[in-house]
Amino acid sequence: MFAEFLQYLFSGVTTGAIYALVALGFTLVYNASHVINFAQGEFIMIGGMATLSLLGMGVPMPLAIGLAILLAAVLGALLHQLAIAPARQADVVTLIIITIGASIFLRGLAQVIWGKEYHALPSFSEQESIEVMGAVMYTQSLWILGVTTLLVLALALFFTRTLVGKAILATSMNRQAARLMGVRIQFVVMLAFTLAAILGAVAGAVASPITLTSYDIGIMLGLKGFVAAAIGGLGSGVGAVVGGLLLGIAEAMTAGYISSDYKDAVAFLLILVILLFMPRGLFGSRVAERV
Amino acid sequence: MRLSVPSKIPGLPVLAIVLLLVPIVLNDEFYLDIATQVALIAATVVGLNLLVGYAGQVSLGHAAFFALGAYGSAILTGTYGWTPVPALLCAALLVATLAWLVGRPILRLKGHYLSMATLGLGIIIAIIINNEGWLTGGPDGIPVAPFSVMGFELSIFDEYQVLGMTVSGALAWYALAGVLLLLAVWIAQNLIDSPIGRALRAVRGSEVAARVVGVDTSHYKLLIFVISAVYASLMGSFFAHYTGFITPQLATFEHSIELITIVVLGGMGSTYGVIIGAVLLLLLPQLLTDFHEYEMMMFGLILMLTMIFMPRGLLPTLSGLLQRSWPRRVRSSGQED
Amino acid sequence: MHAVPSQNDPVEPDEEKGRRAGADLAVLSLSKAFGGVHAVEDLTFHIRAGAIHAVIGPNGAGKTTLFNLITGLYQPDRGEVLLDGQPIQGMAPERLARRGMSRTFQNLQVCMNMSAVENVMLGRHLHLKRNFLAALLRWPSLRRSEQACREKARELLRFVGCEAYLEAEASAMPYGALKRLEIARALATEPGILLLDEPAAGLNSAETAALERLVVRIADQGVTVVLVEHDMKLVMAISHQVLVLDYGRKLAEGTPEEVRHNPDVIAAYLGG
Repeated sequence: MFAEFLQYLFSGVTTGAIYALVALGFTLVYNASHVINFAQGEFIMIGGMATLSLLGMGVPMPLAIGLAILLAAVLGALLHQLAIAPARQADVVTLIIITIGASIFLRGLAQVIWGKEYHALPSFSEQESIEVMGAVMYTQSLWILGVTTLLVLALALFFTRTLVGKAILATSMNRQAARLMGVRIQFVVMLAFTLAAILGAVAGAVASPITLTSYDIGIMLGLKGFVAAAIGGLGSGVGAVVGGLLLGIAEAMTAGYISSDYKDAVAFLLILVILLFMPRGLFGSRVAERV
Repeated sequence: MRLSVPSKIPGLPVLAIVLLLVPIVLNDEFYLDIATQVALIAATVVGLNLLVGYAGQVSLGHAAFFALGAYGSAILTGTYGWTPVPALLCAALLVATLAWLVGRPILRLKGHYLSMATLGLGIIIAIIINNEGWLTGGPDGIPVAPFSVMGFELSIFDEYQVLGMTVSGALAWYALAGVLLLLAVWIAQNLIDSPIGRALRAVRGSEVAARVVGVDTSHYKLLIFVISAVYASLMGSFFAHYTGFITPQLATFEHSIELITIVVLGGMGSTYGVIIGAVLLLLLPQLLTDFHEYEMMMFGLILMLTMIFMPRGLLPTLSGLLQRSWPRRVRSSGQED
Repeated sequence: MHAVPSQNDPVEPDEEKGRRAGADLAVLSLSKAFGGVHAVEDLTFHIRAGAIHAVIGPNGAGKTTLFNLITGLYQPDRGEVLLDGQPIQGMAPERLARRGMSRTFQNLQVCMNMSAVENVMLGRHLHLKRNFLAALLRWPSLRRSEQACREKARELLRFVGCEAYLEAEASAMPYGALKRLEIARALATEPGILLLDEPAAGLNSAETAALERLVVRIADQGVTVVLVEHDMKLVMAISHQVLVLDYGRKLAEGTPEEVRHNPDVIAAYLGG
């Protein structure tokens, strides 16, 4: 009984950590620009697929991951420079549609380059799994949790200790005031898109040994990351992490104890419940009052 | 921005003439089929535009309302043996209730909450349609009986005698879709021109101004959300009867995105703009079939470029250009009366 | 006039003049703080029906906050607002409009996506038939009532001195005309009390003089007028009562003459 529960918990926390990384990407971009970047999911796909094809060319794993992340970062910056910045006068809805166009474009590009097949990356460690109190834990889960923890800590330090991080925070709180204080808003927004792309690519690279990867994996992962961000109150970093973990665990428990057919519905049921009963999300009230 | 140039042209008669010309110029089963589908989708987005373009709210789950209308008709006529008209009305009533239940608490809030809620609702409905195969046929889809009114059946495979002429089923269906589109536009325009429509336009212009003169803005947002959902449901029902076979594809997030994209592409708040948007977006895949492998990429690229360079949408941008070329004539004709 | 009955229980116009008698307003111990800053603190005053009242004070004295509290845009932390003796604090603006309260804004709130006439017609909202089916099917009765409403709106535009803009789009109108357009829209609701937030800000002297005559004419029709204003010449010329605020508190209250000679007021204005 307990082993079973533990098994679901492991799997929930693992996917939850991935959702958290994606949700952080949404949160970063939303805070800096109020745009919901529907292309966020595509960076997960790029992280996984690019690592995979570099490995296929004989590039060693760590370098392959590094290059994949670099590629995503460049694409993230380009997305902002070429598609978002030129249209910054437009309605928020229009900007969102632009990110949807970008998402379709990137997916189409990936399909042309990499085809439609599903692929799995090899696990990072030699030993595939360990046993913990009767439950099986993949070593890759530990990699995912470790990398997520490191990234969350690094982001926290970045926002509290560095000037650039503080500039992003200031912009999210009050654009006008930040501009007056000499923050270059467009640069900050570009940085947010780049960072979000990096977060997505890292999530994609560490997750694909478990979740598999293909050109269209970004849609669902992106949407769920968005739901996780919304559960956390869209705009709160802590909320994004908690929202991601909650969502991952809720999904795993539903799949285990109720019905795996409705596993994917959990995220979207949660968002409805949250909106109906606590519309500012779990951690969003502070953010909402500022507006 | 109000569009002086197109609004001076009587839109409805022009639309009627264009709809009449299509079968004369393109009298071919293949083109009529596309035209019929375009007309039904256009009528759907005319309704969605009321919500997006006038109340400034975005629904990312409208395909689910469309699919509920389609499946409601399919199941009520197929499994339960109802006739099509009561079936589609019942489906629309169900969709209206659902939209009301979800919209009522959420439209009191400010911000993009409706888009999140409709996104969630839409995907849940898609998952249910996929999983409850005993009712919906599951991922494989479900056949739908032909449309009929009082025993008269309308099928694309039949031929009909009208005033001594032989009319193909495809043409008859096209005529029905055309009439539905005209009706959809007429009702949408009536609504926009009424005090209710003025209140809605004011929500987009200045919500606080509307409130201080007594407009209960959340009430009107809810009203228009329900109306746009009913538009989608009714057109979904007709679409189901027309194609004769439906799959869960109708309810997907991608389909919702396609609908909202048509609205933004054609021009939020412009009824005829979104019709043009529907024509272009649905013809685009036909034009891109030669590029096959690159279809998705080019679709994304075209979408991005249009929105970057024409953020207000096609028709408003183009008519804005026209207005700038003849500003004096437009203004003086306005001053005369 | 054209009193149209409706299912949506529109506000019933006064039979005689089509305009209700002025309403009186009482504010009791009203307080509102924003993150520790007391924008309005323990404020009490009374506004008599049918008079012109001015609220003045240095920038940041809490004048606009006070307006937003009275008109339901902000929720007060404490205290009461009574309109004709009925408590209205915390009531949403759309409900207050039904009770005959209307206002204009310091930062223009005009629907730029509509014409001038349509903006004023919006003000007639509560007095119109808003039958849903009639709207969907464009019934003749609706067309007639829309035509009457349009006429009424044009009349109001002329009344506020916007006769040059009867056919204009709001987005094409100059600033001064938009300020008067807001007044016309507020009057279209047939208010008992009208709150004007800095109506003369940004107007030249000729426009200010026209505004002065307009406010007096509005008050003459029995509407209670409350205005926040920086133009002292205007305030002193037309107000019956003046309320002076400083840091959210009442500094002085009285006739223009009394206030002008109040040592606290002089100190506050000169001392900055």
